[in-house]
Amino acid sequence: MEILVCVKRVPDTAENEFTINADGSDIDRDDLVYSVNEWDNYAVEEAIQIVDRVGGKVTVVAVGDEDSEEVLRREMAMGANDGLLLADPAFADSDGRGIATILKGAVEKGTYDLILTGAQSDSGAGQVGGMLAAMLDIPYASLVDSIEVVDDQSLKIGREIEGGNREMNSIQLPCLLSIQTGINEPRYVGIRGIRKVASVEIPVLGSAELGIGGAAVGSAGARVKRLDYFVPVLGAGAEMLEGSTEEIVDKLIELLKAKGGLK
Amino acid sequence: MARIFAYITHKGGVADDTALELAAAAAQIADGTAVTAVVTGSGAELEAVCAAVAAAYPEVWKVESPALAYPNAEVVRKALVQLLPAGSVLLLPHDTFGMDLGPGLAIKMDAAFVADVVAVAAVEGTTLKLIRQEFSGQLSTHVSCDIAAGAVLNIRPGVCKPMADGAAAGQIVDKSGELGDLSAGRQFLEVVAAEVGDVDITKSDVLLSVGRGIEDEENIEMAVELAEAMGADLACSRPIVDAKWLEKSRQVGTSGLTVKPKVYLAMGISGSFQHLGGVKGSPFMVAVNKNPKAPIFQFADVGIVADILELMPELTKKIKSA
Repeated sequence: MEILVCVKRVPDTAENEFTINADGSDIDRDDLVYSVNEWDNYAVEEAIQIVDRVGGKVTVVAVGDEDSEEVLRREMAMGANDGLLLADPAFADSDGRGIATILKGAVEKGTYDLILTGAQSDSGAGQVGGMLAAMLDIPYASLVDSIEVVDDQSLKIGREIEGGNREMNSIQLPCLLSIQTGINEPRYVGIRGIRKVASVEIPVLGSAELGIGGAAVGSAGARVKRLDYFVPVLGAGAEMLEGSTEEIVDKLIELLKAKGGLK
Repeated sequence: MARIFAYITHKGGVADDTALELAAAAAQIADGTAVTAVVTGSGAELEAVCAAVAAAYPEVWKVESPALAYPNAEVVRKALVQLLPAGSVLLLPHDTFGMDLGPGLAIKMDAAFVADVVAVAAVEGTTLKLIRQEFSGQLSTHVSCDIAAGAVLNIRPGVCKPMADGAAAGQIVDKSGELGDLSAGRQFLEVVAAEVGDVDITKSDVLLSVGRGIEDEENIEMAVELAEAMGADLACSRPIVDAKWLEKSRQVGTSGLTVKPKVYLAMGISGSFQHLGGVKGSPFMVAVNKNPKAPIFQFADVGIVADILELMPELTKKIKSA
Protein backbone atom coordinates (compact mmCIF):
# COMPACT_ATOMS: atom_id res chain seq x y z
CA MET A 1 0.00 0.00 0.00
CA GLU A 2 1.32 3.44 -0.96
CA ILE A 3 0.69 5.78 1.99
CA LEU A 4 1.17 9.53 2.17
CA VAL A 5 1.23 11.12 5.63
CA CYS A 6 0.87 14.89 5.97
CA VAL A 7 2.86 16.29 8.89
CA LYS A 8 3.37 19.73 10.37
CA ARG A 9 6.05 21.39 12.45
CA VAL A 10 4.39 23.13 15.40
CA PRO A 11 5.33 24.83 18.68
CA ASP A 12 5.06 22.13 21.35
CA THR A 13 2.09 23.06 23.58
CA ALA A 14 3.35 20.89 26.45
CA GLU A 15 6.81 22.48 26.43
CA ASN A 16 6.04 26.16 25.91
CA GLU A 17 4.47 29.05 27.75
CA PHE A 18 3.11 31.23 24.98
CA THR A 19 3.55 34.98 25.05
CA ILE A 20 2.16 37.48 22.58
CA ASN A 21 4.33 40.01 20.75
CA ALA A 22 4.03 43.77 21.28
CA ASP A 23 1.35 44.50 18.67
CA GLY A 24 -0.64 41.30 19.27
CA SER A 25 -0.11 40.08 15.70
CA ASP A 26 1.76 36.89 16.57
CA ILE A 27 3.22 34.86 19.39
CA ASP A 28 6.87 35.40 20.37
CA ARG A 29 8.48 32.63 18.37
CA ASP A 30 12.17 33.19 19.19
CA ASP A 31 12.53 30.82 22.12
CA LEU A 32 9.84 28.29 21.29
CA VAL A 33 10.45 24.57 21.29
CA TYR A 34 9.16 23.11 18.01
CA SER A 35 8.34 19.50 17.27
CA VAL A 36 6.21 17.39 15.00
CA ASN A 37 2.48 17.83 15.65
CA GLU A 38 1.57 15.10 18.15
CA TRP A 39 -1.38 13.74 16.11
CA ASP A 40 0.83 13.48 12.99
CA ASN A 41 3.32 11.33 14.86
CA TYR A 42 0.57 8.77 15.53
CA ALA A 43 -0.39 8.94 11.84
CA VAL A 44 3.17 8.16 10.74
CA GLU A 45 3.43 5.27 13.22
CA GLU A 46 0.14 3.86 11.93
CA ALA A 47 1.32 4.12 8.31
CA ILE A 48 4.57 2.31 9.15
CA GLN A 49 2.66 -0.47 10.95
CA ILE A 50 0.29 -0.92 7.99
CA VAL A 51 3.21 -1.18 5.57
CA ASP A 52 4.90 -3.66 7.92
CA ARG A 53 1.77 -5.84 7.68
CA VAL A 54 0.80 -5.56 4.01
CA GLY A 55 3.85 -4.10 2.27
CA GLY A 56 4.22 -0.82 0.41
CA LYS A 57 5.84 2.50 1.14
CA VAL A 58 5.34 5.50 3.42
CA THR A 59 5.99 9.05 2.22
CA VAL A 60 5.85 12.00 4.63
CA VAL A 61 5.03 15.45 3.31
CA ALA A 62 5.09 18.85 4.99
CA VAL A 63 4.11 22.34 3.93
CA GLY A 64 6.57 24.78 5.46
CA ASP A 65 9.95 26.39 5.18
CA GLU A 66 13.38 24.73 5.42
CA ASP A 67 12.90 24.30 9.20
CA SER A 68 10.24 21.68 8.47
CA GLU A 69 12.95 19.44 7.06
CA GLU A 70 13.98 18.37 10.57
CA VAL A 71 10.43 17.17 11.22
CA LEU A 72 10.42 15.17 7.99
CA ARG A 73 13.77 13.62 8.90
CA ARG A 74 12.50 12.70 12.35
CA GLU A 75 9.55 10.85 10.80
CA MET A 76 11.88 9.20 8.28
CA ALA A 77 14.01 8.04 11.20
CA MET A 78 10.86 6.38 12.56
CA GLY A 79 10.63 4.41 9.34
CA ALA A 80 8.98 6.53 6.65
CA ASN A 81 10.67 5.79 3.33
CA ASP A 82 10.55 9.16 1.59
CA GLY A 83 10.16 12.81 2.50
CA LEU A 84 8.73 15.67 0.49
CA LEU A 85 8.87 19.36 1.41
CA LEU A 86 6.42 21.82 -0.13
CA ALA A 87 7.97 25.26 0.25
CA ASP A 88 7.40 28.56 -1.48
CA PRO A 89 7.20 32.15 -0.19
CA ALA A 90 3.81 32.29 -1.95
CA PHE A 91 2.48 29.68 0.52
CA ALA A 92 2.89 31.98 3.54
CA ASP A 93 -0.31 32.85 5.45
CA SER A 94 -2.42 30.26 3.63
CA ASP A 95 -5.64 29.31 5.41
CA GLY A 96 -6.78 25.69 5.76
CA ARG A 97 -8.12 25.64 2.23
CA GLY A 98 -4.81 27.00 0.93
CA ILE A 99 -2.82 24.28 2.74
CA ALA A 100 -5.17 21.61 1.36
CA THR A 101 -4.71 23.08 -2.14
CA ILE A 102 -0.93 22.86 -1.82
CA LEU A 103 -1.12 19.26 -0.57
CA LYS A 104 -3.47 18.35 -3.42
CA GLY A 105 -0.75 19.43 -5.84
CA ALA A 106 1.66 16.99 -4.18
CA VAL A 107 -0.87 14.12 -4.01
CA GLU A 108 -1.52 14.40 -7.74
CA LYS A 109 2.19 14.02 -8.52
CA GLY A 110 2.13 10.53 -7.04
CA THR A 111 -0.19 7.53 -6.73
CA TYR A 112 -1.41 6.88 -3.19
CA ASP A 113 -3.86 4.31 -1.85
CA LEU A 114 -4.16 5.94 1.54
CA ILE A 115 -3.54 9.47 2.81
CA LEU A 116 -3.27 10.15 6.54
CA THR A 117 -3.24 13.40 8.50
CA GLY A 118 -3.33 14.14 12.22
CA ALA A 119 -6.85 14.85 13.50
CA GLN A 120 -5.78 18.40 14.37
CA SER A 121 -2.71 20.56 14.96
CA ASP A 122 -1.68 23.72 16.78
CA SER A 123 -4.54 25.83 15.42
CA GLY A 124 -7.04 23.26 16.69
CA ALA A 125 -9.19 23.40 13.55
CA GLY A 126 -8.89 19.82 12.28
CA GLN A 127 -9.78 20.96 8.79
CA VAL A 128 -7.05 20.17 6.27
CA GLY A 129 -7.75 16.44 5.97
CA GLY A 130 -11.46 16.80 5.26
CA MET A 131 -10.81 19.61 2.79
CA LEU A 132 -8.11 17.69 0.93
CA ALA A 133 -10.33 14.58 0.67
CA ALA A 134 -13.19 16.66 -0.76
CA MET A 135 -10.85 18.31 -3.27
CA LEU A 136 -9.59 14.87 -4.35
CA ASP A 137 -13.13 13.44 -4.30
CA ILE A 138 -12.15 10.45 -2.17
CA PRO A 139 -13.91 9.13 0.97
CA TYR A 140 -12.93 10.64 4.31
CA ALA A 141 -13.25 9.81 7.99
CA SER A 142 -11.99 11.86 10.93
CA LEU A 143 -10.80 10.96 14.45
CA VAL A 144 -9.83 7.45 13.39
CA ASP A 145 -8.60 5.24 16.24
CA SER A 146 -8.29 1.87 14.49
CA ILE A 147 -7.48 0.70 10.96
CA GLU A 148 -7.85 -2.83 9.66
CA VAL A 149 -6.90 -3.57 6.06
CA VAL A 150 -9.71 -5.78 4.69
CA ASP A 151 -8.36 -6.16 1.15
CA ASP A 152 -6.88 -3.92 -1.54
CA GLN A 153 -10.28 -2.28 -2.03
CA SER A 154 -11.35 -1.32 1.47
CA LEU A 155 -10.52 -0.75 5.14
CA LYS A 156 -12.50 -1.30 8.32
CA ILE A 157 -11.97 1.71 10.55
CA GLY A 158 -13.02 2.85 14.01
CA ARG A 159 -13.80 6.51 14.76
CA GLU A 160 -13.88 8.04 18.17
CA ILE A 161 -17.25 9.59 18.98
CA GLU A 162 -18.69 11.13 22.15
CA GLY A 163 -18.82 9.38 25.52
CA GLY A 164 -16.00 6.91 24.89
CA ASN A 165 -18.04 5.15 22.20
CA ARG A 166 -16.65 4.16 18.82
CA GLU A 167 -18.19 4.24 15.37
CA MET A 168 -17.16 1.47 12.99
CA ASN A 169 -17.13 2.09 9.24
CA SER A 170 -16.17 0.38 6.05
CA ILE A 171 -14.34 2.75 3.71
CA GLN A 172 -13.22 2.32 0.13
CA LEU A 173 -9.66 2.90 -1.06
CA PRO A 174 -8.20 5.29 -2.00
CA CYS A 175 -9.31 7.34 0.99
CA LEU A 176 -8.12 9.91 3.50
CA LEU A 177 -8.22 9.40 7.27
CA SER A 178 -7.45 11.84 10.07
CA ILE A 179 -5.79 10.03 12.96
CA GLN A 180 -6.61 10.46 16.64
CA THR A 181 -3.98 10.14 19.36
CA GLY A 182 -3.90 6.81 21.19
CA ILE A 183 -4.41 4.69 18.03
CA ASN A 184 -0.94 3.17 18.62
CA GLU A 185 2.23 3.80 20.60
CA PRO A 186 4.60 5.82 18.40
CA ARG A 187 8.10 4.40 18.47
CA TYR A 188 10.99 6.23 20.06
CA VAL A 189 13.44 7.96 17.76
CA GLY A 190 17.02 8.18 18.93
CA ILE A 191 19.91 10.34 17.76
CA ARG A 192 21.31 7.37 15.86
CA GLY A 193 18.12 6.98 13.87
CA ILE A 194 18.15 10.63 12.91
CA ARG A 195 21.83 10.43 11.89
CA LYS A 196 21.06 7.54 9.60
CA VAL A 197 18.69 9.65 7.50
CA ALA A 198 20.64 12.91 7.86
CA SER A 199 21.98 12.83 4.31
CA VAL A 200 18.92 11.43 2.52
CA GLU A 201 17.80 13.94 -0.06
CA ILE A 202 14.39 15.50 0.51
CA PRO A 203 12.95 17.01 -2.68
CA VAL A 204 11.53 20.53 -2.35
CA LEU A 205 8.57 21.49 -4.52
CA GLY A 206 7.23 25.02 -4.98
CA SER A 207 4.15 26.47 -6.64
CA ALA A 208 5.59 26.09 -10.15
CA GLU A 209 6.35 22.36 -9.70
CA LEU A 210 2.94 21.79 -8.08
CA GLY A 211 1.05 23.79 -10.71
CA ILE A 212 -0.61 26.07 -8.17
CA GLY A 213 -1.70 29.55 -9.19
CA GLY A 214 -0.91 32.43 -6.86
CA ALA A 215 -4.51 33.42 -6.12
CA ALA A 216 -5.43 30.00 -4.69
CA VAL A 217 -2.96 29.98 -1.80
CA GLY A 218 -1.17 32.32 0.56
CA SER A 219 -2.64 35.46 2.01
CA ALA A 220 -4.40 36.37 -1.27
CA GLY A 221 -6.32 33.09 -1.37
CA ALA A 222 -7.32 33.06 2.30
CA ARG A 223 -11.01 33.57 3.04
CA VAL A 224 -10.35 33.17 6.74
CA LYS A 225 -7.69 35.44 8.23
CA ARG A 226 -6.29 35.54 11.74
CA LEU A 227 -6.38 39.13 12.98
CA ASP A 228 -4.57 38.85 16.31
CA TYR A 229 -3.74 36.78 19.35
CA PHE A 230 -4.99 37.55 22.85
CA VAL A 231 -5.08 35.87 26.22
CA PRO A 232 -8.57 34.50 26.77
CA VAL A 233 -10.67 35.40 29.77
CA LEU A 234 -12.82 32.32 30.02
CA GLY A 235 -13.97 32.18 33.59
CA ALA A 236 -13.83 34.24 36.76
CA GLY A 237 -10.37 32.85 37.47
CA ALA A 238 -9.17 30.79 40.39
CA GLU A 239 -8.22 32.04 43.82
CA MET A 240 -4.50 31.28 43.79
CA LEU A 241 -2.95 29.70 46.86
CA GLU A 242 0.53 31.01 47.56
CA GLY A 243 3.21 30.51 50.14
CA SER A 244 5.51 27.68 51.16
CA THR A 245 4.59 24.14 50.17
CA GLU A 246 3.59 23.44 53.77
CA GLU A 247 1.32 26.50 53.92
CA ILE A 248 -0.27 25.61 50.59
CA VAL A 249 -0.87 22.01 51.66
CA ASP A 250 -2.46 23.15 54.93
CA LYS A 251 -4.76 25.60 53.18
CA LEU A 252 -5.70 23.03 50.57
CA ILE A 253 -6.57 20.41 53.19
CA GLU A 254 -8.71 22.95 55.02
CA LEU A 255 -10.57 23.79 51.80
CA LEU A 256 -11.03 20.16 50.81
CA LYS A 257 -12.43 19.34 54.26
CA ALA A 258 -14.89 22.22 54.03
CA LYS A 259 -16.10 21.12 50.59
CA GLY A 260 -16.36 17.41 51.40
CA GLY A 261 -13.25 16.47 49.44
CA LEU A 262 -11.74 14.40 52.24
CA LYS A 263 -13.33 11.32 53.74
CA MET B 1 -27.88 38.49 3.51
CA ALA B 2 -27.58 34.86 2.45
CA ARG B 3 -29.91 32.25 3.89
CA ILE B 4 -28.76 30.90 7.21
CA PHE B 5 -29.17 27.27 8.22
CA ALA B 6 -28.45 25.31 11.37
CA TYR B 7 -27.89 21.54 11.19
CA ILE B 8 -29.62 19.71 14.02
CA THR B 9 -27.93 16.61 15.42
CA HIS B 10 -30.17 14.19 17.29
CA LYS B 11 -30.22 10.76 18.86
CA GLY B 12 -33.10 8.51 19.82
CA GLY B 13 -35.68 11.04 18.61
CA VAL B 14 -34.28 13.84 20.82
CA ALA B 15 -32.50 16.93 19.46
CA ASP B 16 -29.05 17.59 20.86
CA ASP B 17 -28.49 20.54 23.24
CA THR B 18 -26.63 22.23 20.39
CA ALA B 19 -29.94 22.69 18.48
CA LEU B 20 -30.85 25.67 20.66
CA GLU B 21 -27.23 26.86 20.96
CA LEU B 22 -26.92 27.08 17.17
CA ALA B 23 -30.23 28.98 17.04
CA ALA B 24 -28.70 31.57 19.36
CA ALA B 25 -25.44 31.77 17.37
CA ALA B 26 -27.35 32.00 14.08
CA ALA B 27 -29.53 34.82 15.42
CA GLN B 28 -26.38 36.83 16.17
CA ILE B 29 -25.21 36.45 12.57
CA ALA B 30 -28.63 36.64 10.90
CA ASP B 31 -29.47 40.15 12.08
CA GLY B 32 -33.21 39.61 11.81
CA THR B 33 -33.15 37.18 8.86
CA ALA B 34 -35.10 33.98 9.53
CA VAL B 35 -32.93 30.96 10.32
CA THR B 36 -33.84 27.52 8.98
CA ALA B 37 -33.14 24.29 10.84
CA VAL B 38 -32.11 21.27 8.75
CA VAL B 39 -32.90 17.85 10.20
CA THR B 40 -31.85 14.67 8.41
CA GLY B 41 -32.86 11.17 9.42
CA SER B 42 -35.64 8.69 8.97
CA GLY B 43 -38.93 7.48 10.45
CA ALA B 44 -40.64 8.43 13.71
CA GLU B 45 -37.44 9.74 15.29
CA LEU B 46 -37.06 12.31 12.53
CA GLU B 47 -40.70 13.40 12.91
CA ALA B 48 -40.26 13.87 16.66
CA VAL B 49 -37.11 15.94 16.27
CA CYS B 50 -38.65 18.16 13.57
CA ALA B 51 -41.68 18.85 15.75
CA ALA B 52 -39.50 19.71 18.75
CA VAL B 53 -37.13 21.94 16.79
CA ALA B 54 -40.06 23.87 15.27
CA ALA B 55 -40.52 25.46 18.68
CA ALA B 56 -37.25 27.34 18.25
CA TYR B 57 -36.90 27.80 14.48
CA PRO B 58 -39.41 29.57 12.17
CA GLU B 59 -38.73 27.01 9.45
CA VAL B 60 -37.57 23.39 9.66
CA TRP B 61 -36.39 21.38 6.66
CA LYS B 62 -37.20 17.72 7.09
CA VAL B 63 -34.87 15.53 5.04
CA GLU B 64 -35.83 11.88 5.09
CA SER B 65 -34.05 8.89 3.58
CA PRO B 66 -33.13 5.38 4.79
CA ALA B 67 -29.55 6.33 3.84
CA LEU B 68 -29.71 9.09 6.48
CA ALA B 69 -30.92 6.87 9.34
CA TYR B 70 -27.45 7.09 10.88
CA PRO B 71 -25.60 10.41 10.42
CA ASN B 72 -22.75 9.27 8.17
CA ALA B 73 -21.02 12.57 7.39
CA GLU B 74 -20.20 11.51 3.83
CA VAL B 75 -23.90 10.87 3.09
CA VAL B 76 -25.14 13.95 4.94
CA ARG B 77 -22.67 16.05 2.95
CA LYS B 78 -24.11 14.82 -0.32
CA ALA B 79 -27.65 15.58 0.84
CA LEU B 80 -26.75 19.10 1.99
CA VAL B 81 -24.90 19.93 -1.23
CA GLN B 82 -28.04 18.89 -3.14
CA LEU B 83 -30.43 20.92 -0.97
CA LEU B 84 -28.73 24.11 0.20
CA PRO B 85 -28.96 27.11 -2.14
CA ALA B 86 -25.69 28.59 -3.43
CA GLY B 87 -24.15 31.07 -1.02
CA SER B 88 -25.80 29.61 2.09
CA VAL B 89 -24.34 29.95 5.56
CA LEU B 90 -24.56 26.73 7.58
CA LEU B 91 -23.90 26.32 11.29
CA LEU B 92 -22.76 22.96 12.65
CA PRO B 93 -21.84 21.84 16.17
CA HIS B 94 -18.08 21.33 16.50
CA ASP B 95 -18.46 17.80 17.84
CA THR B 96 -17.20 14.53 16.36
CA PHE B 97 -19.91 14.71 13.69
CA GLY B 98 -19.38 18.39 12.81
CA MET B 99 -15.62 17.82 12.63
CA ASP B 100 -16.27 14.95 10.22
CA LEU B 101 -18.66 16.94 8.02
CA GLY B 102 -17.68 20.63 8.07
CA PRO B 103 -14.35 20.91 6.22
CA GLY B 104 -15.29 18.74 3.24
CA LEU B 105 -18.75 20.29 2.99
CA ALA B 106 -17.22 23.77 2.81
CA ILE B 107 -15.08 22.66 -0.14
CA LYS B 108 -18.07 21.13 -1.95
CA MET B 109 -20.16 24.29 -1.32
CA ASP B 110 -17.18 26.45 -2.32
CA ALA B 111 -17.77 28.22 0.97
CA ALA B 112 -15.49 29.59 3.69
CA PHE B 113 -14.94 27.34 6.73
CA VAL B 114 -14.22 28.26 10.33
CA ALA B 115 -13.73 25.47 12.86
CA ASP B 116 -14.42 25.51 16.58
CA VAL B 117 -15.88 29.01 16.89
CA VAL B 118 -16.24 30.01 20.57
CA ALA B 119 -17.92 33.41 20.02
CA VAL B 120 -19.22 35.80 17.40
CA ALA B 121 -17.44 39.08 18.19
CA ALA B 122 -18.87 41.29 15.43
CA VAL B 123 -20.85 41.24 12.21
CA GLU B 124 -19.81 43.93 9.68
CA GLY B 125 -21.80 43.49 6.48
CA THR B 126 -20.76 40.10 5.08
CA THR B 127 -17.61 39.96 7.18
CA LEU B 128 -17.76 38.09 10.46
CA LYS B 129 -15.30 38.60 13.26
CA LEU B 130 -15.16 35.34 15.19
CA ILE B 131 -13.22 34.14 18.22
CA ARG B 132 -11.29 30.86 18.17
CA GLN B 133 -8.64 29.27 20.34
CA GLU B 134 -5.23 27.91 19.43
CA PHE B 135 -2.44 26.01 21.17
CA SER B 136 -4.76 23.78 23.22
CA GLY B 137 -6.75 26.76 24.47
CA GLN B 138 -3.75 28.69 25.74
CA LEU B 139 -4.37 31.62 23.39
CA SER B 140 -7.40 33.07 21.65
CA THR B 141 -7.56 34.78 18.28
CA HIS B 142 -9.98 36.92 16.34
CA VAL B 143 -10.45 35.70 12.79
CA SER B 144 -12.23 37.44 9.97
CA CYS B 145 -14.33 35.46 7.54
CA ASP B 146 -16.08 36.76 4.45
CA ILE B 147 -19.40 34.91 4.16
CA ALA B 148 -20.54 36.62 0.93
CA ALA B 149 -20.02 33.41 -1.07
CA GLY B 150 -21.31 31.18 1.71
CA ALA B 151 -19.80 29.68 4.82
CA VAL B 152 -19.75 26.63 7.06
CA LEU B 153 -19.22 27.60 10.69
CA ASN B 154 -18.54 24.95 13.32
CA ILE B 155 -19.67 26.26 16.71
CA ARG B 156 -18.18 24.75 19.88
CA PRO B 157 -20.88 23.01 21.94
CA GLY B 158 -21.69 24.67 25.26
CA VAL B 159 -20.40 28.17 24.49
CA CYS B 160 -23.63 29.80 23.26
CA LYS B 161 -26.46 30.38 25.69
CA PRO B 162 -29.33 28.30 24.28
CA MET B 163 -32.15 30.18 22.56
CA ALA B 164 -35.31 30.25 24.67
CA ASP B 165 -37.53 27.45 23.41
CA GLY B 166 -41.11 28.04 22.31
CA ALA B 167 -40.53 31.42 20.65
CA ALA B 168 -41.35 30.20 17.16
CA ALA B 169 -44.13 28.03 15.78
CA GLY B 170 -42.07 26.85 12.89
CA GLN B 171 -43.28 25.47 9.63
CA ILE B 172 -41.98 22.01 8.73
CA VAL B 173 -41.05 21.75 5.05
CA ASP B 174 -40.41 18.30 3.62
CA LYS B 175 -37.37 18.54 1.32
CA SER B 176 -36.90 14.76 0.92
CA GLY B 177 -38.21 14.84 -2.66
CA GLU B 178 -35.30 17.01 -3.76
CA LEU B 179 -32.71 14.41 -2.75
CA GLY B 180 -30.67 12.73 -5.46
CA ASP B 181 -28.08 9.96 -5.32
CA LEU B 182 -26.75 9.46 -1.76
CA SER B 183 -24.29 6.64 -2.37
CA ALA B 184 -20.96 7.07 -0.59
CA GLY B 185 -17.57 5.39 -0.35
CA ARG B 186 -17.93 5.07 3.40
CA GLN B 187 -20.53 2.85 5.06
CA PHE B 188 -21.55 2.99 8.71
CA LEU B 189 -21.38 -0.44 10.32
CA GLU B 190 -22.10 -0.12 14.05
CA VAL B 191 -21.45 1.81 17.25
CA VAL B 192 -19.30 -0.03 19.78
CA ALA B 193 -20.19 1.08 23.32
CA ALA B 194 -17.53 2.25 25.75
CA GLU B 195 -15.87 -0.38 27.92
CA VAL B 196 -17.01 -0.54 31.53
CA GLY B 197 -14.20 -0.27 34.07
CA ASP B 198 -13.73 -1.45 37.65
CA VAL B 199 -14.70 1.97 39.04
CA ASP B 200 -17.62 4.03 37.76
CA ILE B 201 -16.20 7.58 37.93
CA THR B 202 -19.51 9.03 36.72
CA LYS B 203 -20.89 8.23 40.21
CA SER B 204 -17.94 9.55 42.23
CA ASP B 205 -18.36 12.52 44.60
CA VAL B 206 -14.65 13.23 44.85
CA LEU B 207 -12.30 12.81 41.90
CA LEU B 208 -8.55 13.13 41.80
CA SER B 209 -7.80 13.57 38.13
CA VAL B 210 -4.28 13.43 36.69
CA GLY B 211 -2.94 14.73 33.38
CA ARG B 212 0.27 15.11 31.44
CA GLY B 213 1.96 16.67 34.49
CA ILE B 214 2.34 13.17 35.95
CA GLU B 215 5.15 12.79 33.38
CA ASP B 216 5.88 9.10 33.81
CA GLU B 217 3.97 5.86 34.28
CA GLU B 218 5.74 5.06 37.55
CA ASN B 219 4.41 8.33 39.06
CA ILE B 220 0.81 7.09 38.73
CA GLU B 221 1.39 5.29 42.05
CA MET B 222 1.78 8.70 43.70
CA ALA B 223 -1.71 9.65 42.53
CA VAL B 224 -3.14 6.30 43.62
CA GLU B 225 -1.78 6.86 47.13
CA LEU B 226 -3.19 10.39 47.32
CA ALA B 227 -6.58 9.23 46.07
CA GLU B 228 -6.61 6.51 48.72
CA ALA B 229 -5.69 8.97 51.47
CA MET B 230 -8.42 11.36 50.32
CA GLY B 231 -11.03 8.69 49.82
CA ALA B 232 -11.29 9.87 46.20
CA ASP B 233 -11.57 7.93 42.97
CA LEU B 234 -8.79 8.29 40.42
CA ALA B 235 -9.59 9.77 37.02
CA CYS B 236 -7.43 11.22 34.25
CA SER B 237 -7.22 13.28 31.09
CA ARG B 238 -6.77 11.94 27.60
CA PRO B 239 -2.94 11.82 27.29
CA ILE B 240 -2.81 9.35 30.21
CA VAL B 241 -5.11 6.95 28.38
CA ASP B 242 -3.26 7.48 25.08
CA ALA B 243 -0.08 6.43 26.88
CA LYS B 244 -1.98 3.40 28.30
CA TRP B 245 -1.06 4.33 31.89
CA LEU B 246 -4.72 4.18 32.99
CA GLU B 247 -7.72 2.52 31.39
CA LYS B 248 -10.17 4.38 29.14
CA SER B 249 -12.96 4.01 31.72
CA ARG B 250 -11.13 6.55 33.90
CA GLN B 251 -10.92 9.24 31.21
CA VAL B 252 -12.86 12.46 31.79
CA GLY B 253 -13.80 14.50 28.72
CA THR B 254 -15.96 14.67 25.62
CA SER B 255 -14.20 11.62 24.20
CA GLY B 256 -14.33 9.89 27.57
CA LEU B 257 -16.86 10.08 30.40
CA THR B 258 -18.94 12.92 31.76
CA VAL B 259 -18.57 13.22 35.52
CA LYS B 260 -20.58 15.17 38.11
CA PRO B 261 -18.50 15.15 41.31
CA LYS B 262 -18.80 17.56 44.23
CA VAL B 263 -15.04 18.05 44.33
CA TYR B 264 -12.67 17.83 41.35
CA LEU B 265 -8.95 17.98 41.96
CA ALA B 266 -7.16 18.48 38.62
CA MET B 267 -3.48 17.55 38.90
CA GLY B 268 -1.22 18.52 36.00
CA ILE B 269 -4.15 19.00 33.63
CA SER B 270 -3.94 22.01 31.29
CA GLY B 271 -7.71 22.26 30.86
CA SER B 272 -8.59 21.77 27.19
CA PHE B 273 -12.25 22.28 26.32
CA GLN B 274 -12.50 18.60 25.46
CA HIS B 275 -11.49 17.74 29.01
CA LEU B 276 -13.60 20.37 30.78
CA GLY B 277 -16.55 19.43 28.58
CA GLY B 278 -16.68 16.22 30.59
CA VAL B 279 -16.90 17.93 33.99
CA LYS B 280 -20.50 18.89 34.77
CA GLY B 281 -22.47 20.04 37.78
CA SER B 282 -20.11 22.88 38.78
CA PRO B 283 -17.96 20.99 41.30
CA PHE B 284 -15.56 22.72 43.66
CA MET B 285 -12.51 22.57 41.39
CA VAL B 286 -8.89 22.75 42.52
CA ALA B 287 -6.21 22.93 39.82
CA VAL B 288 -2.51 22.32 40.30
CA ASN B 289 -0.25 23.04 37.34
CA LYS B 290 3.35 24.12 36.75
CA ASN B 291 2.30 26.52 34.00
CA PRO B 292 0.71 29.66 35.49
CA LYS B 293 -0.93 30.29 32.11
CA ALA B 294 -2.68 26.91 31.95
CA PRO B 295 -6.32 27.47 30.88
CA ILE B 296 -7.55 25.33 33.79
CA PHE B 297 -6.84 28.22 36.19
CA GLN B 298 -9.59 30.22 34.50
CA PHE B 299 -12.17 27.58 35.36
CA ALA B 300 -10.99 26.37 38.74
CA ASP B 301 -12.16 27.78 42.08
CA VAL B 302 -8.74 27.38 43.62
CA GLY B 303 -5.40 27.24 41.81
CA ILE B 304 -1.89 26.29 42.83
CA VAL B 305 1.16 26.85 40.63
CA ALA B 306 3.31 23.87 41.54
CA ASP B 307 4.88 20.65 40.32
CA ILE B 308 2.38 17.92 41.14
CA LEU B 309 5.23 15.46 41.61
CA GLU B 310 6.36 17.52 44.60
CA LEU B 311 2.95 18.56 45.89
CA MET B 312 1.13 15.20 45.79
CA PRO B 313 3.43 13.30 48.19
CA GLU B 314 3.35 16.22 50.65
CA LEU B 315 -0.41 16.32 50.50
CA THR B 316 -0.67 12.56 51.00
CA LYS B 317 1.67 12.65 53.99
CA LYS B 318 -0.23 15.49 55.64
CA ILE B 319 -3.64 13.92 55.13
CA LYS B 320 -2.44 10.60 56.55
CA SER B 321 -0.88 12.25 59.60
CA ALA B 322 -3.98 14.30 60.38
